[in-house]
Amino acid sequence: MRDHVISELVEYVKRDPNLYLICGDLGYVVLDKFREAAPDNFINAGIAEQNMTALAAGLALEGNTVFTYSIGNFPTLRCLEQIRNDVCYHNANVKILAVGGGFVYGNQGVTHHATEDIAVMRALPGMRVYVPGDAYEAIACIKEAYETMGPAYIRLARNKEQNFHDEGAVVDITKIEAYSSKGSDVNILTTGSILTEGIKLQKLLAEQGISAGIFSVPRVKPIDEAGITDIAVSSKLLVTMEEHQISCGLGGAVAEVISAIGDKHAKLYRAGLDNRFSDTTGSQEYLRDQYTISADTLLPVIMKELGR
Amino acid sequence: MTSEELSVRIRLRAWEMGYKAKASHMGGNFSMADAISVLYTDILNIDPKDPDNEGRDRVILSKGHCCAVLYALLAEKGFFPVKELDNFGVDGSMLSCHVSKKVPGVEFSSGSLGHGAAVAAGMALNAKLQNKDYKVYAICGDGECNEGSIWEMVMFAGQHKLDNFTVIIDANKMQAMGDTKDIMNLQPLADKWASFGWTALDIDGHDHDALRAAFNAPSDGKPKVIVSNTIKGHGVSFMENDLWWHYQIPFGDYYQKAIDELNAELERVAGNR
Repeated sequence: MRDHVISELVEYVKRDPNLYLICGDLGYVVLDKFREAAPDNFINAGIAEQNMTALAAGLALEGNTVFTYSIGNFPTLRCLEQIRNDVCYHNANVKILAVGGGFVYGNQGVTHHATEDIAVMRALPGMRVYVPGDAYEAIACIKEAYETMGPAYIRLARNKEQNFHDEGAVVDITKIEAYSSKGSDVNILTTGSILTEGIKLQKLLAEQGISAGIFSVPRVKPIDEAGITDIAVSSKLLVTMEEHQISCGLGGAVAEVISAIGDKHAKLYRAGLDNRFSDTTGSQEYLRDQYTISADTLLPVIMKELGR
Repeated sequence: MTSEELSVRIRLRAWEMGYKAKASHMGGNFSMADAISVLYTDILNIDPKDPDNEGRDRVILSKGHCCAVLYALLAEKGFFPVKELDNFGVDGSMLSCHVSKKVPGVEFSSGSLGHGAAVAAGMALNAKLQNKDYKVYAICGDGECNEGSIWEMVMFAGQHKLDNFTVIIDANKMQAMGDTKDIMNLQPLADKWASFGWTALDIDGHDHDALRAAFNAPSDGKPKVIVSNTIKGHGVSFMENDLWWHYQIPFGDYYQKAIDELNAELERVAGNR
């Protein structure tokens, strides 16, 4: 999804001289297409994310659309107050583009796991939060972020995710994206590249005779309240899956939505990190297993939740 | 009005504002009053009747806690009515006690230190990238230079030769809990900035001729820093170099005593016209 998004940015900058991309000295090779297409619109701010973000705010307040780019925690947590005060409070047109969301950098260790970023970005007034599940969700996210004035956070994975759409598909990210029909027993909501495990889990549940649905949530804020409410009132169990803490991310957002439902609605099970660091060494797939966010490890948990 | 007269008037107004609002930070307000008075009187290309003009020079107050003198100055310059200053810190007022963009003439809200100067650098970068003529100024404290984000900005602006960008450091040598030399000694401050590729000037920040000369000095293709050596609380005898006036709100006999001193000074500088 990373290359698809950079290609989109290249298309935008060709017709928008007021688009700038500032990186925090990361994106070797990855950003080459952009640098070659628009060298005057590319700035390497060095390994200095606070300054990168404040510069972006200054450029944006002068009428530009500015993307900052780095790995997971660096353009978000490292410079949180610059995002809060300089960008969000001033409604500066800055889009934070992060790669390596969740466990993407698996064996690189905890510093490189972005597992609180959705929570923190979600809490900021005016910030839109996008966590696409495949390349075509990502294209729709970057497009909406670019076309909508104000701050946005786009959390990408990397480049090897499976695509679940046909080439050229246009995803409506204002809604939760269905990858199956609605389940009457359980509906699974995922955000980000864990979608692939969600789709697998839905199939495993179906094989057990469970009526299960699978939906991706590419736009976590503002979230599709109507869509989530609809599946919550028509099934027994909602499951959220995210490479993130279960607090305040997708699971938290869904809990907020269903807490406002007056009618009978599904119970919620949130899969993710439960108030702990993902400090086991291993690949993304290994870590998903370790922290019970993979399809295989979640299957017995969900069966138990369903009383089967 | 000369910059000298303006600098006394805004101290007087800030003092009255602080008294009414029970607001602190008077020492740091008074130390920077001269620099902003010269900047707004003799240097900037601005029009109070057209505060958002695209060609205007930009000023960001990065030490946002010292906004009282800036608000007073902007009112004196006609950005908004002087009587509005009575609402400093009042419920529902635009005049918050850390600088607010809601106030006409203010480019950017700050309060947390180490933010404004980097945003100003972004505005200066914009002018360089898009061949615009405006200049950008940021006012920082010397205590503020403890912040790592200041040095990230210093490195960037030096690297990118932002010669349309000037930072004024109000070097009053004190910060919240004592003397800067005892807390985080950054001397020689001007040399440090110069070593990152800045044109660095070290001047008496209460000498208006020196300030004018520094603002007008060539920047030699580099960003410029003016280390404006000042006295915290300058202009009122009992406040000078007294850390107490970082926190203390104007009160009691002190209130009138400062007014008397400032009025005498106003008469002197106005008489010199």
